[in-house]
Amino acid sequence: MKTDMPTLEHTLNEVLDLAAQHFKVPRASLAAGDDFFQKLGIDSLQALELLTRLENHFHVELPDYELQGVTDFRTLADRIQARL
Amino acid sequence: MLDLTQYSSLGAALRDALEYWPDQSCLIEADRDRETHRLTYAQFKQAALPVAATLQQLGFQEADRAAIIMTNQSKWLISAYAIFYCGGILVPLDHKLIPREHLQLLAHSKARLLVIEYHLWRAIIAASEFKELKTEFVLVTEAPPNANLAGARRWEDVRDKPTQSLLNPRFVARKRQDPACIVYSSGTSGRPKGCVLTHENYLEQCIALTALYPFSPGDRYLSILPTNHAIDFMVGFIGPFVCGACVVHLRTLRPEFIRDAFVRYKINYMSVVPLVLKNLEKGLRAKFAEPPFRAALLNRLISLNRALTRKRPNLKLSRTLLGQVHQGFGGDLRAFFVGGAFMEPATLQFFYDLGIPVANGYGLTEAGTAVTLNDFKPFRPDTVGKPLPGVEIRIVEPDREGIGEVAVRSKTVMSKYLDDPELTAETIVDGWLMTGDLGRIDPSGHLQLFGRKKNMIVTEGGKNIYPEDIENTFEGLPIKEFCIFAADYIWPKRELGDELLLLAIHLEPGQELTDDLRSELARRNRTLPDFKRIGGYLVWIQDFPRTASLKIKRNLLAEQIGSQMERATSVVEL
Repeated sequence: MKTDMPTLEHTLNEVLDLAAQHFKVPRASLAAGDDFFQKLGIDSLQALELLTRLENHFHVELPDYELQGVTDFRTLADRIQARL
Repeated sequence: MLDLTQYSSLGAALRDALEYWPDQSCLIEADRDRETHRLTYAQFKQAALPVAATLQQLGFQEADRAAIIMTNQSKWLISAYAIFYCGGILVPLDHKLIPREHLQLLAHSKARLLVIEYHLWRAIIAASEFKELKTEFVLVTEAPPNANLAGARRWEDVRDKPTQSLLNPRFVARKRQDPACIVYSSGTSGRPKGCVLTHENYLEQCIALTALYPFSPGDRYLSILPTNHAIDFMVGFIGPFVCGACVVHLRTLRPEFIRDAFVRYKINYMSVVPLVLKNLEKGLRAKFAEPPFRAALLNRLISLNRALTRKRPNLKLSRTLLGQVHQGFGGDLRAFFVGGAFMEPATLQFFYDLGIPVANGYGLTEAGTAVTLNDFKPFRPDTVGKPLPGVEIRIVEPDREGIGEVAVRSKTVMSKYLDDPELTAETIVDGWLMTGDLGRIDPSGHLQLFGRKKNMIVTEGGKNIYPEDIENTFEGLPIKEFCIFAADYIWPKRELGDELLLLAIHLEPGQELTDDLRSELARRNRTLPDFKRIGGYLVWIQDFPRTASLKIKRNLLAEQIGSQMERATSVVEL
């Protein structure tokens, strides 16, 4: 049975959910255009932790360079979506 | 190891290393937990010479400049050796810069050749400034089959072309005083500071470092700091190679893969910046805390190890007492090297107590890799160590406590800043490199640092951030004038750590600081990478003092602000 590809909005919502869970911040405080370093209070190494969590959830592999220059959740979701 | 006093250039030393240890492993590359390849020194030579041959065919000549922009990997080192083989000058650039910055430095350095990883080239060719690129030859690595290369060649084609293996590239000898590398210490938007480092600088640096921490054939170094950076270029390339040792590259910085690599490859050494070490400490403390009965036993063993290694590290003893901890690092870890930024003594002590010495040092790109380094005789977490062999340090105009500007004289000090005689003359005075850092030499000859004289900060990741790097971001704000300072430049404090940049703004007459203006400041700040952002702003109500040519007199402005305002009450966080 063919599984429908999730939409970008669906992926984005899952990214926001996972980020909130992983760093224990209120989900309602996160928005797509937010700077995740600032909103989550994390550094670049912790951002890599988030990337690993997202890889495991979406079953994709995201090379570290996919995070280069990315600071907002929407662009991050976009990078994941491209590999689904 | 090779006797580096006998060599006139890095290329010559590396060439002999490849002949001396042909069957030793020199590079292991893994993509996370998947090993992708291993090279012996002989295989490294076979990979590099076709690249060198191609460069010469393309017309790359002695003293031509060649830039590399790649994440850590074997192709970085292979390309660098090929460039040195041809007598070229290497321009190692930070892969984390944005395309505009890459293009600016390529222009400033006048690089004729660029070797770059595909995803970074893809970003550069998409930049609006790409049309200004004057670099003649571009080799792109790992480009997908149908990728648009915008006129660049594939690195793999160059290396793998059958005819290349038949060509014997001509080795181009260089002299000790010839430039080997142009390394940018920072200042990408403002005034690029390209440190011109000679072959002698590097050879002497390597001699000094290996006198304290020698590598041997078979030793394994895990390379996670970027190879363009002064530390890894020396400790993760030149140093291991001239000793017949092996460098391990993981194509990731994910902690879980780094942990695995220690065990898989029996790592002996690794260099880190303070940010990485602090993260590692945090993870270990969390692990050691559970379950409580085991934590209590572990803490007793750690205390015992600390007591028994008070005078000197004793790896054998520590590995016996704290076997499980050391097995988690593969069982063969001898030391970490840390530098690039301020390191808290408590973190150094934490690792020392586990029997994992962290060699803490101080250096600046302008002087190679390191000017001082701790030698654990005994362990001094409160200092950055003693001057390396061949390095002289003096304290300029010490105050009553003996604290003054640190000046360095050594054969490792750069020859100049590229195309900037004025800045060079300000920085190297009568043969002494004026570091802009404040310090004191204690009775045992150790250097202690007490802040900065210069207007800049160093992040926990070891990056130098100067105001000029980011002032462009705030150009055009609807205010009268602004200036960016390191907070410690305005209100000097006698310690490092917790550094931040702030924006001093002067409003137009009658102008108010509205919410809209605050939002605009914050918005512009967010366009900067996190480590370059300003931490806050203050409002200044007088005109900025300026020179006849209308440049802001920063030092005078800082003095005025510092004398009339208190940091705690005048800085508003952004």
